[in-house]
Amino acid sequence: MKITLNGEVRDVEPGTTLAMLVADLAAHTGRDPRGVAVERNLEIVPKSEHASTVLEDGDRLEFVQFVGGG
Amino acid sequence: MPDPLIIAGKSYDSRLIVGTGKYANYQQNADAARAAGAEIVTVALRRVNLSDPSQEILTDFVKPDEFTYLPNTAGCYTADEAVRTLRLAREAGGWNLVKLEVLADQKTLYPNMPETLTAAKALIADGFEVMVYCSDDPVYAKMLEDAGCCAIMPLGSLIGSGLGIMNPVNIRLIVEQTRVPVIVDAGVGTASDAAIAMELGCDGVLMNTAIAAARDPVLMASAMKHAVIAGREAYLAGRMPKKLYADPSSPLAGLI
Repeated sequence: MKITLNGEVRDVEPGTTLAMLVADLAAHTGRDPRGVAVERNLEIVPKSEHASTVLEDGDRLEFVQFVGGG
Repeated sequence: MPDPLIIAGKSYDSRLIVGTGKYANYQQNADAARAAGAEIVTVALRRVNLSDPSQEILTDFVKPDEFTYLPNTAGCYTADEAVRTLRLAREAGGWNLVKLEVLADQKTLYPNMPETLTAAKALIADGFEVMVYCSDDPVYAKMLEDAGCCAIMPLGSLIGSGLGIMNPVNIRLIVEQTRVPVIVDAGVGTASDAAIAMELGCDGVLMNTAIAAARDPVLMASAMKHAVIAGREAYLAGRMPKKLYADPSSPLAGLI
């Protein structure tokens, strides 16, 4: 099934949870994912709910973090 | 003599808040923030860079255990965007203290005040402590204070312009009427501008470009630290009245 993550369409296996996607990101970047906030279809998903959130086809996800700014 | 800046019940020794944008790199940014003596730094919230994981990240250099992060809403043009951004910032960092700015247009980056007030009310109802970037209109500044904002932050001139404090009369009016801290946010270009803001009675100054775009940002950060302290002390000391004609400094009695 297809999801959109930070504006890019991606294929994920049915049954993938948000926690799995976040763990993938951490493995990919080699960084602690704790500073990353997640929004799913314009709703914030608290970290405590990542494991129980099963992704659905067409989900639009935003992974955001702090960057330099004025 | 201790003279802390108190924002939302928390005490800070430094009255200079600095941004973390436009630096050559995050290391220079961290060096400048330290040279400025800043305790609070503004930060932005953006998408995680999924394509280039090797890119350096802010939190490795300007560390959240060394500085208080003040998440901003730079780049937001509606109340809804700003509220959405700050809720995400709270989820990312866990902090309630935020800087709200809702912009009107890209040419001036002037604040859109109706949207700013709408966003401030929504955020305060949701438990945020809101430091608000605003125009120098004392009427709107009062509305934002009455809505419960914990700091009123009028511009001295346009963001990134470096024109200095172009509106001293309005800044002074806002200072006189406001019971929460007033912090000039935007417009400072060099050290004397920061001193002028503080001499007007502002409680602090927030700046980014004046430091980041200096030829030597770390040295300018140090200059700004001293300017803010000098301006604050001059304000507390109370300047002499201005006079039209000379008044000799040496006694007239005993002249030979």
